[in-house]
Amino acid sequence: MNAVTVNDLTKTYGKITAINRLNFTVNKGELFGFIGPDGAGKTTLFRILTTLLLPDGGSANVIGLDAVKDFKKLRPQIGYMPGRFSLYQDLTVQENLAFFATVFGTTIEENYDLIKDIYVQIEPFKNRRAGKLSGGMKQKLALSCALIHKPEILFLDEPTTGVDAVSRQEFWEMLKRLQAKDITIIVSTPYMDEASLCDRVALIQNGNILGIDTPENIVRDFDRPILAVKSSNMYGLLTSLKTFPNVHSVFPFGEFLHYTDRRGKFEPQEITHYLTQLGIQNIETAWTQPTIEDSFMALMEQHA
Amino acid sequence: MRTIKFLVQKEFLQIFRNKGMLPIIFVMPIIQLLILSNAATFDIRNVTYHLIDKDQSTMSRQLAEKFTGSGYFILKNSSFSYEAGQQDLKSNTVNMVLEIPKFFERDLGNSGKAKVQLTINAEDGNSAGLIQSYSATIISNFAQEITGKNIAPGMTLPNIIQIEHAFWYNPELNYKTYMIPGILVALVTMIGLFLSGMNIVREKEIGTIEQLNVTPIKKHQFIIGKLLPFWVIGLFELAFGLVIGRLVFNLPLTGSFALIFGTAAIYLLVVLGIGLFISTVTDTQQQAMLIAWFFMVIFLLMGGLFTPIDSMPAWAQKVTLFNPVAHYVLMMRSILLKGSGFLDLYGHIVALSVFAVLMLSLAVLRYRKVSD
Repeated sequence: MNAVTVNDLTKTYGKITAINRLNFTVNKGELFGFIGPDGAGKTTLFRILTTLLLPDGGSANVIGLDAVKDFKKLRPQIGYMPGRFSLYQDLTVQENLAFFATVFGTTIEENYDLIKDIYVQIEPFKNRRAGKLSGGMKQKLALSCALIHKPEILFLDEPTTGVDAVSRQEFWEMLKRLQAKDITIIVSTPYMDEASLCDRVALIQNGNILGIDTPENIVRDFDRPILAVKSSNMYGLLTSLKTFPNVHSVFPFGEFLHYTDRRGKFEPQEITHYLTQLGIQNIETAWTQPTIEDSFMALMEQHA
Repeated sequence: MRTIKFLVQKEFLQIFRNKGMLPIIFVMPIIQLLILSNAATFDIRNVTYHLIDKDQSTMSRQLAEKFTGSGYFILKNSSFSYEAGQQDLKSNTVNMVLEIPKFFERDLGNSGKAKVQLTINAEDGNSAGLIQSYSATIISNFAQEITGKNIAPGMTLPNIIQIEHAFWYNPELNYKTYMIPGILVALVTMIGLFLSGMNIVREKEIGTIEQLNVTPIKKHQFIIGKLLPFWVIGLFELAFGLVIGRLVFNLPLTGSFALIFGTAAIYLLVVLGIGLFISTVTDTQQQAMLIAWFFMVIFLLMGGLFTPIDSMPAWAQKVTLFNPVAHYVLMMRSILLKGSGFLDLYGHIVALSVFAVLMLSLAVLRYRKVSD
């Protein structure tokens, strides 16, 4: 059974199409990721799936219920964590949690097992006001609040944006543990490195889904060899590489540039020779394995 | 029920944690009552005047003394030229020029008739009217005394109709007791309108409304949870204001407390309904604030708080029938000063109830848990 089935889902704001005839399914118990840049339509999609926004066309079915017609039945069964921290900053950690438990008609004690792992980390600060928590702690509190009513499916809109690297990693570990408790999780993120942590990912750009697959398959689909290039003048390197006649793509990737060639296979010496002529010094090159980010950059390039 | 209780509890927690909110609730009524009731008085004292006594007779001096002795007028200057008086008026040194012409005493003795001229600065029509009526009273009292003295013993008085004034319900024409019920209304309105209007918009601004919307919380639970705290605070403010009014200004509390708070309860529903409605059509606290101000100013200025509704043009008087503040100001004054009962105010109570039902249903209909 599918946890989410979306058919031709469309939403426009005036002349701007936020999401354009989306079709996808999410399996029960899956950790499904939406990866895409800001403004891709991720939040709009999440708001429709969580019954907060009405679509203009198409249908969305979440855990067997229609997101428009059955919103009343659906709401108690979904957990939603909006991108922006939206808990009461002037209430304490415990008060926030108790409040959300109550409005969902439950108590903290009743579903404590589910949030225990997460909540114990913020429990020492339970009498601190939410507004005074650090970014990572706020996020844990928000997740606890979204889980307190034991939802069947969890929607997390950019949960790791603005959170430090360590907390991000911890957060994904928490998600993995929740998934083991039979909760379907749909998460969106602008960070490509997080994509490989999902069971399946969908790349979304300008309201269109460019591809859906497991991270492994997406990487496997990438067939061009990639040359990682580095020099003492990275900006000069970038602009020079873009002028190389056979260039296919150049993207900054950490401390390297990832170069692919239009001809597919090529000799690194051609590149170094060309660059040296242009006065670039201290050039280092190395073949590298494609990552999911390379695949996404390629997909986005194709659809641009 | 548990949900509503929790919502209310959460709202109170937030209100009492908000450092800006407590002063508004406790300091605002004190300041409004202490300062506004003194400032917003219609009572005119210390009217300065310029005396041009061209007669320089016993009678002319007596008349001038009457003015000064009344307690309302202060002699600031005197001269023999009208121009000097004019100059004082222009420079705002005096509010009025009193000119007693030559042969005042002689004319009064001969024909029983004489003229005096009052030139009043009428930039502020209200106070000019008052100054004129004070002066007229002083002059006519003076005229009566003169006539009385001149009547020979044994003769009957001519048919002089004496008008006796008596000011009922506020015998000393104490404007403070008149203003305080009105200021209390302004206070309750402000608290209700602003706090309720801004509160829900605030949830929109900080994004918590999204979190709430996705919960199975019922519309009515949410709205009751939002309005009940401000309804309670509004009633508390009224009680607080009445205590200050009683202690500081000796406000007569003639009517029944049940009626005072009963009508306040209905009135607050109207105000909270308007506040809630504003919050459903705005996205930020600034917008909500400006719209609330717009209504507040119109309601107050057309509410009979400062200017009597009776002196408004006919169309404006009709408009005030739809102004909840107008109804409530009138009710508060009647209950507090006159001791009017339920039956006396029946029409107004019905009107307010209709407004309350109307505004609340409008706001509830407009409030959506889903956006499109």
